[in-house]
Parts: sequence; structure tokens; C-alpha cells
Amino acid sequence: MKSAVEIAEERANRWGHQLYAGRARAILERAFIALRSSTWVPIATGFIEPVLYLLAFGYGMGELIGNVDSGRGTVDYAVFIAPGLLATSAMNGAIYDSTWNVFFKLNESKLYKGMLATPLGPLDVALGEITWALLRGLSYAIAFLAITAPLGLVPGISAILAIPAAVFIAFGFASFGMAITSYFKTYQQMGMINIVLLPMFLFSGSLYPISVYPDWLEFLIQLFPSWHGIELVRDLWFGYWDAGTLMHLGYFCVMIVSGLYFTTRRLRNLFMR
Amino acid sequence: MPEPLISARGLTKKYGDFTAVDTIDFDVDKGESFGLLGPNGAGKSTTMRIIAATSQRSSGTISILGRDPEEHGPQIRAHLGVVPQQDNLDGELTVSENLFIYGRYFGLSKKFIRNKIEELLDFAQLQDKRDAKVEALSGGMKRRLTIARALVSEPDILMLDEPTTGLDPQARHILWDRLFRLKETGVTLVITTHFMDEAEQLCDRLVVMDKGRIMAEGSPLELIKQYSTKEVLEVRFGSDRNKEVAPILREMCSRIEELPDRILMYVEDGEALLEAITAKKLHPTTSLVRRSSLEDVFLRLTGRSLIE
Ligand SMILES: Nc1ncnc2c1ncn2[C@@H]1O[C@H](COP(=O)(O)OP(=O)(O)O)[C@@H](O)[C@H]1O
Ligand SMILES: [Mg+2]
Repeated sequence: MKSAVEIAEERANRWGHQLYAGRARAILERAFIALRSSTWVPIATGFIEPVLYLLAFGYGMGELIGNVDSGRGTVDYAVFIAPGLLATSAMNGAIYDSTWNVFFKLNESKLYKGMLATPLGPLDVALGEITWALLRGLSYAIAFLAITAPLGLVPGISAILAIPAAVFIAFGFASFGMAITSYFKTYQQMGMINIVLLPMFLFSGSLYPISVYPDWLEFLIQLFPSWHGIELVRDLWFGYWDAGTLMHLGYFCVMIVSGLYFTTRRLRNLFMR
Repeated sequence: MPEPLISARGLTKKYGDFTAVDTIDFDVDKGESFGLLGPNGAGKSTTMRIIAATSQRSSGTISILGRDPEEHGPQIRAHLGVVPQQDNLDGELTVSENLFIYGRYFGLSKKFIRNKIEELLDFAQLQDKRDAKVEALSGGMKRRLTIARALVSEPDILMLDEPTTGLDPQARHILWDRLFRLKETGVTLVITTHFMDEAEQLCDRLVVMDKGRIMAEGSPLELIKQYSTKEVLEVRFGSDRNKEVAPILREMCSRIEELPDRILMYVEDGEALLEAITAKKLHPTTSLVRRSSLEDVFLRLTGRSLIE
């Protein structure tokens, strides 16, 4: 039986041992235990919301609109919006866990402070929490695909790639969301996140192609991660690859890496300086 | 001489221009119960965080088990059990889940922790609360759970920051009893407190801190011997007359302290002094002879009381 000290000593000479104890798993384990007794309402809402949008817009508005040019061929309106809604639900799932939940654990319950009094490092905490948020994005994506496939909205087998894509964008959002949240101190600041998020999602082209905008607005929207997320999932949904797809992937790589970097740094400065 | 477990020299912590801990020196030996006694803002918690490798010093040196926390934070934290001033139990989990997951943070195996949980629930007298959520616990129970949690990893040093602040007298005594038991098992304790009775009860040796500095060091008995007299006579004449009689009383013993509501007179024999006062027909409204305490030591060192 290894003691806590022996376990810590094993990593002592590794690079970055002050930041990472190699136990992000323990944070995930905690999240699973906490899930057992948490309320299911917000989780279920995350599942149902995109499906409701799909029904209301895809079949309601779809009747009026008919077919649209997706930029990857002309398709039924419901088929066009399905991948956008999938991406949106994955992003929303990741945001929920990485903003309000993180804010609570940071400022109210002092949970991270407690974790960092053990041999765990800030990168363990960041990775563990972000992975948890990402798993929520993953489960939303799988559920959405399971619901839309029988409805005949999935164009082909390649759409399965939309799932890893959803995980990737959830990773980006969770990582970046946690980083931003870690700098916020008050509820008012947290409220700002919602003010930014709502228009960002509404205007990012989940319900219509952003080519309908004037050039300046189209350009502006292309700066935001939600557009990249929706476009990435839409590409893979339709089995379509080009330089744009790679650019979307690159965008999320930057989000993931910078989010992890700033979260780790901020946690260290808050609780270990 | 074995090396001390903790050794600080010129330890200083600044927050901007403000010096929270000001060039302090101290050693903690293996198996002893070491105290930091001082009022709010003395720098006790800051010192504890530096030892626990969750805050970095501004200057000076500190070694914990021969290591510098700036370079070996995770290893040092693996040796320590930390009970912070404010409980930070996991409110989303039950009592036993709190113990379990904390062990997992240290990387301990599930099997080991499961056995350990039984031992700790017995120790903390929380067996019948094992499946309760943290919110359902009383303040004393939460504190005992926090201590039990800190023991999951079988630490060499247990750090207790104000273990009984905010608890009622009964809960305090239960907690003291648990800490005595721990002491008997040979765990090194580092305790901060602003209660002089707690320091007298729990600490083998302590430092008196005020405004970031160490004012004195020794066992409770040594400190009382060095900085106070054997007995204290407390007399009250009513707030108007206290001022009037103080000069007379000052002539009658080596040292007096005028507090807002009473006068403390430091002597070897309190009863004899009281008789002398009565003989002068001064007639205090109330009087009390008691043994000197660490409170008197603090008053002597700083001119203020521990609890303001
Ligand atoms: N993070 C911080 N930033 C600025 N000042 C601090 C910080 N932590 C503590 N202080 C100040 O340092 C002093 C000592 O605090 P602390 O160590 O908590 O004292 P104690 O535990 O003895 O009550 C206090 O005046 C407190 O306001
Ligand atoms: Mg304190």
C-alpha cells in the first residue's frame, strides 16, 4: 500500500509537478459522485431544448421556407438547422458547467481552495472540471443524434463525425468559459456572460446561413466561437471538408490551450500565491 | 538533536505595502503540539498557509520536513493534514463521500480509503451521520469532519487554524478531547487560536503573535512565569471610581492594568493584597483572585486584550 507521501514523491522530479499531479481523474470522480444526488432538471433541459427548437423551426418554419442552400448543397430546412442545433447544445452544455458551476465552487463553496490544499495542482483541477463539462457536451450530442437519425435528418454515416466535433468544441467552450469565470468576482460580472451568449448564439447561423447579413456583420460573426462551432459540425454532418474546416479546428485548438493556460495560472495565483 | 519538522527564519509575507507576517523565527519539533496565539489579524492564518505550501513567502526561509515549499509544494502537502479557519467541506457530497474523495485527491487507493473511513467516522463520532449531507451537520460536527478529512492521508503534521472558533462550549470540549487523543498517537499538531484557554489546554509550546511579529515564545507555564505573576487580583470600583483609586492601587503592587471595566493587580498572593486594600477602606464592589493566564501575558506584551 503506497502512502500519500510516496505517491507525491513519485512525481517529484517530473516537469510541471507543481502544476499537475496526474490526477485530473479524481476531480472527475468527484463530479460523478456529486451527480448522483444533483437535480436533473437543468441537465434534462439541455437535452430537450435543441429538440424543441428543431421541431418548432425545422417543421414549423420549414414548411414556409422549403429548401435552403447550405453551402454544401441544397437541403431541406430541418436538415440544415439540425447540425447547428447539435453544435449549440454541445456548446451550451459545456458553458453551463464551466461558468455558473465553476463560479460557485470558486467563490461560494471554496471547493477548489480545498482541493489545492492537497497535493493536487491547479492543472488537475482545471483539466478535471473541463473534462466534466465536455462530457456533458458529448452526452447532449449523442442524444441529439439518436433523436434526429430516426427522423431522417441525418444525411449520411459521416455525420457520426459530428460527435467528436461536438466534443472538441465543448472542450474549447469549457476551457475558455472556466478561464473567464475564474477572473470574475461578482454575480453582476457573471450576468454579463449571459448578455454576450444569447445574441452570439442567435446570430451565429444555427437557423440560417450568415451570408444573408451585410458584409461587416458577417465578418463580425465570424470572429465568434459559436459560428466556428456551428460551421465545424455542419461540415462534418454533411461529410464536407475544406480549408475552412481546418480553420475551425484551429480556432478551437487555440481556445482549448489558452483556456487551460489561463485557468491554471489563475487558480495558482488565487490559491497558491 | 533530530532536525525540527518545521523551521522558519526571518519569515515574512507582504501583501503590497502591508506586512502580514514580519520576520518571524520558530521551530516545531516532531510529536509536539505547537501553538500560534494572537488576536485577529496577527498573521496566524497567513503563517499557516505558508507552512501548508498554499501561499508563498515574500522573504526569509522556511523548511518543512527539510524541504522548501516553493519547490516541493505537492510533496509537502502530501505530508500535511489541513484544517482551514473556514470549513470548506464539499456541500454536494455526504459525510462519507467527503472523506472518500479527499483521499482520492491524495491518490490513495479506494480499498485503503474505505477501511480508513470507518476508523475516521469512529474517531469523529459521526458513524450515524455517514450518509447525511454536510448542511445537515452542526458546527461542531462539521469541524470534526474537517479534522477527520485531514487525517485520511495519515499526515505527519496536522494544521489546525482556529479549530474551535464559533463553537459552543460543549462542542469545544468534545473537539479538545478528540485532539488530545490525536496528540497521544504522536501526530505533530500546529494550532492557531485567539483563545488563551485553548492554547493552555492544547499546546506544549507556543508563540505569542501580534501584528505579524512574534512577541514571546515558550510553554504556557514558562510564559506565565516569565511575563506575569503567580496570581491576579481583579477589582471593580464602578467605572467612575476606578480612575480615582488606580494611583493608590499602583503603589500597592509591582504592576497594575487598568481595563475599561476593572483593574488587574499582579501579585504573588492575591488574598493578602485584597486584605490590604480592604484595610485601607477602599471597598471594591467586586473582587476576584485568580491564577495568571496567557491573557495576562498578552496584555503585558502588547497592552491590549486578545479578544477586543
Ligand atoms: N490575501 C490577502 N490580501 C491582503 N491582505 C491580507 C490577505 N490575507 C490576509 N491579509 C491581511 O493580513 C493580516 C493577517 O491576516 P491573517 O493571517 O488572516 O491573521 P489571523 O489569522 O491572525 O487573524 C490581516 O490584516 C489581513 O487583513
Ligand atoms: Mg486567521
